[in-house]
Amino acid sequence: MPFKSTVGDYQTVATLETFGFLPPFTQDEIYDQIAYIIAQGWSPLVEHVHPSRSMSTYWSYWKLPFFGEKDLGVIVSELEGCHRAYPDHHVRLVGYDAYTQSQGSCFVVFEGR
Amino acid sequence: MSKKYDAGVKEYRDTYWTPDYVPLDTDLLACFKCTGQEGVPKEEVAAAVAAESSTGTWSTVWSELLTDLDFYKGRCYRIEDVPGDKEAFYAFIAYPLDLFEEGSITNVLTSLVGNVFGFKALRHLRLEDIRFPMAFIKTCPGPPNGICVERDRMNKYGRPLLGCTIKPKLGLSGKNYGRVVYECLRGGLDFTKDDENINSQPFQRWQNRFEFVAEAVALAQEETGEKKGHYLNCTANTPEEMYERAEFAKELKQPIIMHDYITGGFTANTGLSKWCRKNGMLLHIHRAMHAVIDRHPKHGIHFRVLAKCLRLSGGDQLHTGTVVGKLEGDRQTTLGYIDQLRESFVPEDRSRGNFFDQDWGSMPGVFAVASGGIHVWHMPALVAIFGDDSVLQFGGGTHGHPWGSAAGAAANRVALEACVKARNAGREIEKEGRDILLEAAKHSPELAIALETWKEIKFEFDTVDKLDVQ
Repeated sequence: MPFKSTVGDYQTVATLETFGFLPPFTQDEIYDQIAYIIAQGWSPLVEHVHPSRSMSTYWSYWKLPFFGEKDLGVIVSELEGCHRAYPDHHVRLVGYDAYTQSQGSCFVVFEGR
Repeated sequence: MSKKYDAGVKEYRDTYWTPDYVPLDTDLLACFKCTGQEGVPKEEVAAAVAAESSTGTWSTVWSELLTDLDFYKGRCYRIEDVPGDKEAFYAFIAYPLDLFEEGSITNVLTSLVGNVFGFKALRHLRLEDIRFPMAFIKTCPGPPNGICVERDRMNKYGRPLLGCTIKPKLGLSGKNYGRVVYECLRGGLDFTKDDENINSQPFQRWQNRFEFVAEAVALAQEETGEKKGHYLNCTANTPEEMYERAEFAKELKQPIIMHDYITGGFTANTGLSKWCRKNGMLLHIHRAMHAVIDRHPKHGIHFRVLAKCLRLSGGDQLHTGTVVGKLEGDRQTTLGYIDQLRESFVPEDRSRGNFFDQDWGSMPGVFAVASGGIHVWHMPALVAIFGDDSVLQFGGGTHGHPWGSAAGAAANRVALEACVKARNAGREIEKEGRDILLEAAKHSPELAIALETWKEIKFEFDTVDKLDVQ
């Protein structure tokens, strides 16, 4: 009987940090994450960048952080607005925590090409 | 009024047991668990500890009268029973600030855990906690970067970081070692780590290791598009060699180095930490030898004290045990001291082993590192216990994957992200851990195989050192 290895070949994937190893989120799953950001008291903000610059520290803001915004629908429409305006860019959602001056949450919602 | 010199041996309690004393905000407070020799009264034992760890000696000496000893002496101001233990008791001691050199953890420990631990009137002695006054904390350098800066440098947000120690811990050539680093990082880990006993052995000199590792980090970063790092162990035989290694890591543009703070010593650690602050380098801290000091429930120094001392001496990440893995660590106690690493204020809470309110002021936080005998099935519990400001390190749980380290890394990364996603969505990840992992494995053959490989392994031994509660 011919030998067949059971070892798989792991191929390196280019990913965009947090949640990069999960399948793309559904609309409901994105809502869950926005609700989490708002429940923590963080400010939602939307950033975008051309894929060639994805490792740079600063991505462009979409408008300004949505300070104090509690409406999930508003954040979803801003994400979509950003994606429409920059269809070839990565678009990510950030939960900005002013207390730690850090990002309590950050993940890419739309991947550019 | 001046005092008269009266030679001879005086009972310690006459001078050092002061139950009416109200500690000052600037006092350094300590809680010792004391077990005296049979027949010695508690007050005498407690006063002896206060005396021997501050100004006292066994005999009255004339030169005491050249100063105002009442200003400098340590005082035992409270004695408490230890719940569930008839022999031992807690002694609370207040030390005036002027007993200590500014910013010197070495000096604090030399006083508090010096000769007194060998004192014959004691059978056992354990330093349970120290309340560092703000006036002292503000003289300490603290973490060279802290949690916020480390996240910004490494571009990691909204989740625990993921690491792994390179195995086998000894015996790989520099090039082979770099290969394992590359495999782990390309598979999705954020960091890899030198084992603590990798320094500069004949099979792999440090310079050779640093060069191959730097190449591996750069390649993995380029291919994955994510920031990567490897803790280059700079612990060395002399401070000069330690700094030489740190300088070379900087020359290679590496983001993070590593030090073993107990075997290396607090003086070396504080020096290296200051170097890191100046040179924009992150500092990972290992804790070899800690269990020799902190594991016995009645003798030694509790790890919460060693953790506080590290935060003051400087480090950006510190090993804290895993609660669930192969190494010792009770859950409530661990939560108590990871608070000491990360929070700006930690209230007294005996159920977590914290004996004092501890205000950290503006001192940056330290990442808690969970490492040792953990695998992918532990992921939900680890995320729940340690939260986002932690580094979860799977050694055997990465390299032991049937497809190799890259697939093992990917399995851990998928599991971690699935747990974070579920937690954010409001699920109880410890209860629903199994379902969360099995769902995630549908999209990841690497995770499915990891779950199959490690399903039987548990480490359920009772903890040796427990909190004193009934």
